[in-house]
Amino acid sequence: MKTYNVAGKVLIGVWIAAVTAAAFLWLPPAQGFRSPETARIVVFHVPCAILTFVAFLVNAFYSWQYLRSRNPLTDSKANAAAELGMLFAILATATGSLFAMEQWGSAWNWDPRETSIVMLMLVYAAYFVLRGAVEEKSKRARLSAAYALLAFPAMVFLIWILPRIVESLHPTNTLFTRSGLDPTYRVTLWSFFAGLTAVFVWMFRLRVQVEQMESRLQQHRQAVMEPLLTGEQG
Amino acid sequence: MSWQIELRQVGKCFNDRPVLRGVSATVTAPGAWTILGPNGSGKSTLLKLIAGLLTPSEGEIVYLYNGARLTAQRRRQVVGMVAPDIALYRPLTALENLRFFARARGMAVQDNELMRLLQQVDLRARAHDPVSTFSTGMVQRLKLLTALVHRPPVLLLDEPGSNLDEVGRCLIREIVEEQAKHGIALIATNDTREMDYGKPLIQLGI
Amino acid sequence: MTPEKWTTGSRSSSWVYEALAVFAKDWLLELRTRVAIGAVVLFAVTSVVAAGFALAPPSGVAAEVKAALLWVVLFFAAVAGLSRAFVVEEETRTADALRLTVSPTGVLVGKLAFNTVLMWALCAMTVPLYMLLLEAPARHTTLLLTIVLVGSFALACATTAVGAIVAKASTRGALFGVLSFPVALPPLLVCIHGTKAAWLSDNAWQAAMGDLQVLVGFILVIVPASLLVFEHIWSE
Repeated sequence: MKTYNVAGKVLIGVWIAAVTAAAFLWLPPAQGFRSPETARIVVFHVPCAILTFVAFLVNAFYSWQYLRSRNPLTDSKANAAAELGMLFAILATATGSLFAMEQWGSAWNWDPRETSIVMLMLVYAAYFVLRGAVEEKSKRARLSAAYALLAFPAMVFLIWILPRIVESLHPTNTLFTRSGLDPTYRVTLWSFFAGLTAVFVWMFRLRVQVEQMESRLQQHRQAVMEPLLTGEQG
Repeated sequence: MSWQIELRQVGKCFNDRPVLRGVSATVTAPGAWTILGPNGSGKSTLLKLIAGLLTPSEGEIVYLYNGARLTAQRRRQVVGMVAPDIALYRPLTALENLRFFARARGMAVQDNELMRLLQQVDLRARAHDPVSTFSTGMVQRLKLLTALVHRPPVLLLDEPGSNLDEVGRCLIREIVEEQAKHGIALIATNDTREMDYGKPLIQLGI
Repeated sequence: MTPEKWTTGSRSSSWVYEALAVFAKDWLLELRTRVAIGAVVLFAVTSVVAAGFALAPPSGVAAEVKAALLWVVLFFAAVAGLSRAFVVEEETRTADALRLTVSPTGVLVGKLAFNTVLMWALCAMTVPLYMLLLEAPARHTTLLLTIVLVGSFALACATTAVGAIVAKASTRGALFGVLSFPVALPPLLVCIHGTKAAWLSDNAWQAAMGDLQVLVGFILVIVPASLLVFEHIWSE
């Protein structure tokens, strides 16, 4: 089993490295963009954006599961998903901003897609603020799960209504269309997506394992300390 | 035709630290019982678990009427509880408090009926005064009233006699005796004067 | 004694009666202590006056800005007061008494009704003052009224359950603003859009119809979601 784990990690590492190298070496500069070299960033940007939404879904799912089963493991999973979602949201926003800077000369354009990612970051941030405010573990899990399940439909609504709001508030439509992408770009992009998803799953499992171990350690500590504190025998 | 409360291996943890563990007992109406133990032994927690204010981390607490399990909604209707850390609405008057707790339970009581109840605990004269002006003894009497207004089969009392004078304690004793004739009374206490209110059911702590 | 006699006086404790009782009790408390309404009105009036001063003369300010600013003021005034409904129960230790007496659904609906009326009172005081001080165009006032009523109800729906979460997490107000903003953002944006349509468009009702539909849709989604999760928030 261990060899599979090690082999898997090595494979992911090699894959990501290969795709990244290909993005710079093999891929031709993108035609039709103001700064064709920088446009390569789209290969990294889109997978991050997709994964942050996936993470949100995963978080909502495990939040719902926690409320049904009250199993602490599902809470760890929801938390891990939120952490990764935040990470990918930051990466997506950063890469998107860099691209916007090169392409349109300004770092922020109220593009509905970019805006929804920032809104998602707000939700993640609120989620972590809430978790930080509650000491007691089961209460923390319960309340953050409830919040996630309220934020989820709200975000769905937001993503749905944003295009019609933004278009009318800001008439200049700077929407980035992906349909005209060169096939080489498409291959590289989806390859990176596959690799990044593997990284996501790996980091997710690691994070959950760490939290489970911490919890078990805490329980052992309690079990050892308790008889000492109450003066009981054996 | 009987009410029963069963505690099956009930445990409660806060942050992985157990406050209660493996508590089991059964009470069948009619009667009064006491839950004893020093401060910090988990008496209040246990009473809150029985009331349904907390959910057990392990085990379960089951209410049975003629052998049939009660739903959470039904349990709310059959329980009345008085505890030091459960407060009344202080800016409201005694009558307004009583009226709320009665109406919220769907009782279509008239004010004159509520006034009669206030009379029984000697609070009629202060019916229109806000609870914030009451002494602790008066507050306790009003709490008892709000817990009994819907005539619950199950009465839970957490240290009922604290802050009460002799007259107040007599009132508690009367209430417990009346309740024990047809229903269940559970009293959590570490006061020696209250220990004979009922049969000892559970002893918590070392 | 038969069980009917024991729980006698309890006509079927449906959540409607419970919610009504909670609503009446909350307003009785509020009228006596005036904490929430005080915080809300104070914030709203202060912000409107400040905005009026800062943006004078108002004729130079675009209608979009006025529309957005109105709802920003309403939202933050709401944040100042809408968490009160649950926080006061935790602060004064009455939450357990409520939990013993009323079902979770009854509590949520009662508190939601309280927050809605609070929002409407806020709007009744703020919107006319705002329109006066900032010289907002007095066009399509029925449409504006509809948007304000439905929109503020949507805001109340979005924030009530969040208020319950915050009350259980901590009684400090700062948390409520952070948590309620993402959930309140969809109705907020739509209200701004609709208000803008009411003030600028000639075909205002047609332009704003989509907004009203989204608001209603939002309410129809958030209220059931709140009801579903509330039991988990409210019970320990």
